[in-house]
Amino acid sequence: MTTITPYRSDLRPGHDGFAQLVHAEWTKFRTVRGWIIGLLVSVLVTVGLGLLGPLSNSSGCQRVGPKGPIGQPQSGPACGGQPTLTLGPGGEPVTDEFYFVRVSLAGDGSITVRVTSLTAPSGVIHTSNGNSIGNGPGSPGLQPWTKAGVIIRQSLQQGAPYAAMMVTHGHGARMQWNYTGDTPGQSGAAGPANPRWLRLTRSGDVITGYDSADGSNWTRVGAVTLSGLPATVQAGLFTASPDFVQVHGASTDSGSTDATAVFDHVTLADGWSAGRWTGAWMHGDTIEGDGGDYHQAGGTFTVTGSGDIAPIVAGHGGAADPFITLTDIVLGIFAGLIGISVVAAMFITGEYRRGLIRTTLAASPRRGRVLAAKAIVIGAVSFVAGLAGTAAAVLIGSAIVRHRGYAMFPAPWTADVRVIVGTGLLTGLAAVLILAVGAMVRRSAATIAIALVVIVVPYFLSVAAVLPLGVDDWLLRLTPAAGFALQGAYPVYGQVDGNYAPWNGFYPLSQLGGLAVLAAWTALALAAAVYLLRRRDV
Amino acid sequence: MTLALHAEWTKLRTLASTYWLLAATAALTIAVSAAAATAFSCSPGACAPAQTGADPAKISLTGIVLGQAVVAVLAVLAVGSEYSTGMIRLTLAAMPRRLTMLAAKACVITGCVLAGSAVAVLGSLLAGWLILPGRGLTAAHGYSPLSLANGPDARAAAGSVLYLALIALLAVGVTMAVRESAVAIGLVLGVLYLFPIVSSLIPDYVLARHLEQIAPMIAGLYIQVTAGVSGLPLTPWQGLGVLALWAVGALMLGATVLKLRDA
Repeated sequence: MTTITPYRSDLRPGHDGFAQLVHAEWTKFRTVRGWIIGLLVSVLVTVGLGLLGPLSNSSGCQRVGPKGPIGQPQSGPACGGQPTLTLGPGGEPVTDEFYFVRVSLAGDGSITVRVTSLTAPSGVIHTSNGNSIGNGPGSPGLQPWTKAGVIIRQSLQQGAPYAAMMVTHGHGARMQWNYTGDTPGQSGAAGPANPRWLRLTRSGDVITGYDSADGSNWTRVGAVTLSGLPATVQAGLFTASPDFVQVHGASTDSGSTDATAVFDHVTLADGWSAGRWTGAWMHGDTIEGDGGDYHQAGGTFTVTGSGDIAPIVAGHGGAADPFITLTDIVLGIFAGLIGISVVAAMFITGEYRRGLIRTTLAASPRRGRVLAAKAIVIGAVSFVAGLAGTAAAVLIGSAIVRHRGYAMFPAPWTADVRVIVGTGLLTGLAAVLILAVGAMVRRSAATIAIALVVIVVPYFLSVAAVLPLGVDDWLLRLTPAAGFALQGAYPVYGQVDGNYAPWNGFYPLSQLGGLAVLAAWTALALAAAVYLLRRRDV
Repeated sequence: MTLALHAEWTKLRTLASTYWLLAATAALTIAVSAAAATAFSCSPGACAPAQTGADPAKISLTGIVLGQAVVAVLAVLAVGSEYSTGMIRLTLAAMPRRLTMLAAKACVITGCVLAGSAVAVLGSLLAGWLILPGRGLTAAHGYSPLSLANGPDARAAAGSVLYLALIALLAVGVTMAVRESAVAIGLVLGVLYLFPIVSSLIPDYVLARHLEQIAPMIAGLYIQVTAGVSGLPLTPWQGLGVLALWAVGALMLGATVLKLRDA
């Protein structure tokens, strides 16, 4: 009678925790040379494409018509040095251009006017593409944000703090302050049949705006504090009319417009009294010519002006045109994402193709944990790749821009950080999504095709302006390509009709919204992948 | 060659995915085209061709930008699956003349794609013909109705079918060269969709224009333009020629790799 002792290995049993699983997946990833090369190529392509914009910019001084550039191209310094933008009190770039009929007023007081009409003088608008468009009633001459009213300014300097009550052509009465602030008052346009009364009062640093339909029943629209307002301020009447901009796909046609407003019942009260009125067109240094005019007949002022008092929208067109935007530099992730997609897909489909998945699942029978470990590895690696590529593109790109005598569109450093981290999240989540698709369909070619069709093609359709505006908005809201909103760098201003298109860096969703949509798709795909992985034999 | 063609045809037609992908090409192309036509709008009084710059043929054929992705997948899979399954060794054992095999494969795939894309293009034009007049592009506004008897429209239609066939040949060449479906699809779609993004990214007008002249997708799709042809950097047929050069280059690269490397 012999007792048979079963064989026992001398080796201590290994740990089989989740950390070991992640480590195993990391080992699988880093030991495949092709994947590491693919990832590095993705980073390099991201950086390289990002630098194309800074390296090739010359549009700042090169006029371009429909059939190509007009005249000789000029280099940056030849165009009058580094272009500059007026910055508002909040540090954002602003337009500060309008016709101003003003008096200097000391202490507290109030100014009241009645606006009886806001119209476009007849004439012709000459657009940047060489078209001539007739001005006048019903023409594009009068813009929705053409505005006229009363304004109190700290000084006459460009970008100075201000508060204003105004009527607009298309957005009713408004109170606006410091370029970015905007509150609606009564709706409806001003005209001879329905004149609009406007009032601003100063009390210390606080300016309060009122509007009224009849001059006796006043509604308070808003109150703002302009800290550091001096004893003597510049106050008076203004008219401004922003450029008309027409978008044809990715190209735009624009031209300056002007508008005429008629004011009467101009009253200075509560401590202020009328002085000598002077009129001048307020504008930056770079613009020449005459942007308006005013006539006074009795108590009636007729003020014609051009321009806008508003933030400048980043992107291509208008005053922002000579500036390289963050969007120009980070768009290269589009190419990087294709490479990352291929690597992420092969990370899972390679296991099926080689039969390695059977070994993997034999070693770690809890299948959900295997997929989780793979998701962590590919997500982290892709996050780092996207982050590193974008950070390098932004750092090198802005250095090149400065070196060549151009300038970046002004934005706080937090915008850079938001976009760089956001791009990392975009690539990380997209890689996990593709991994999940790969676990479901198990074939590399099909996985990549699905990944590119759901992530990259909607983005392409929007950015390359193949589809009309509106349709592409929905693609970027509903498909996983919504995640590209993580690259949104600039705020959208309701009081400026800008070209808020993806190729200018504006997405229909906020950064958080885009993150939520992409994360939802990723979670859904991961859940479906875990379900199928558990249910199917390998 | 006849036998080679027959063999390749048998391999392709007995795959279920071939039919699915061809059907998907037609369905996606027509769906996107119809969506683009439906989404078109012009404000009343501003519908004249000079104001909208609209090109009815091009709008009706918008779906090709998505359909080409499916065509590329079909062509990549037809070649790449032979490598991933090891079938290629059997194929080359049976047909040791490798270039003949490649030519037969290219012919058969092109034939299938031509048939599928003809359906896609005709369907898209039909959708445009039905939808666009309701969106303001009427004869009263100065647009001639879409018709294959109309020279530029016929050129846009026939050219779009050829465009998809050339995309398939490009994909066949690339896959022969890299021998891995996943990488091949990434490369083909990357080359197609990357150029338009890059050219929109470059502020330098002259450089962007040169880039558009060599971009396979941008230049190739000039064949669809029927309005403002004189403003294009290349004529429509030159544009399609650029894509043809890309396809020939890819095929030559694929043929060289096929000839020189062990399978």
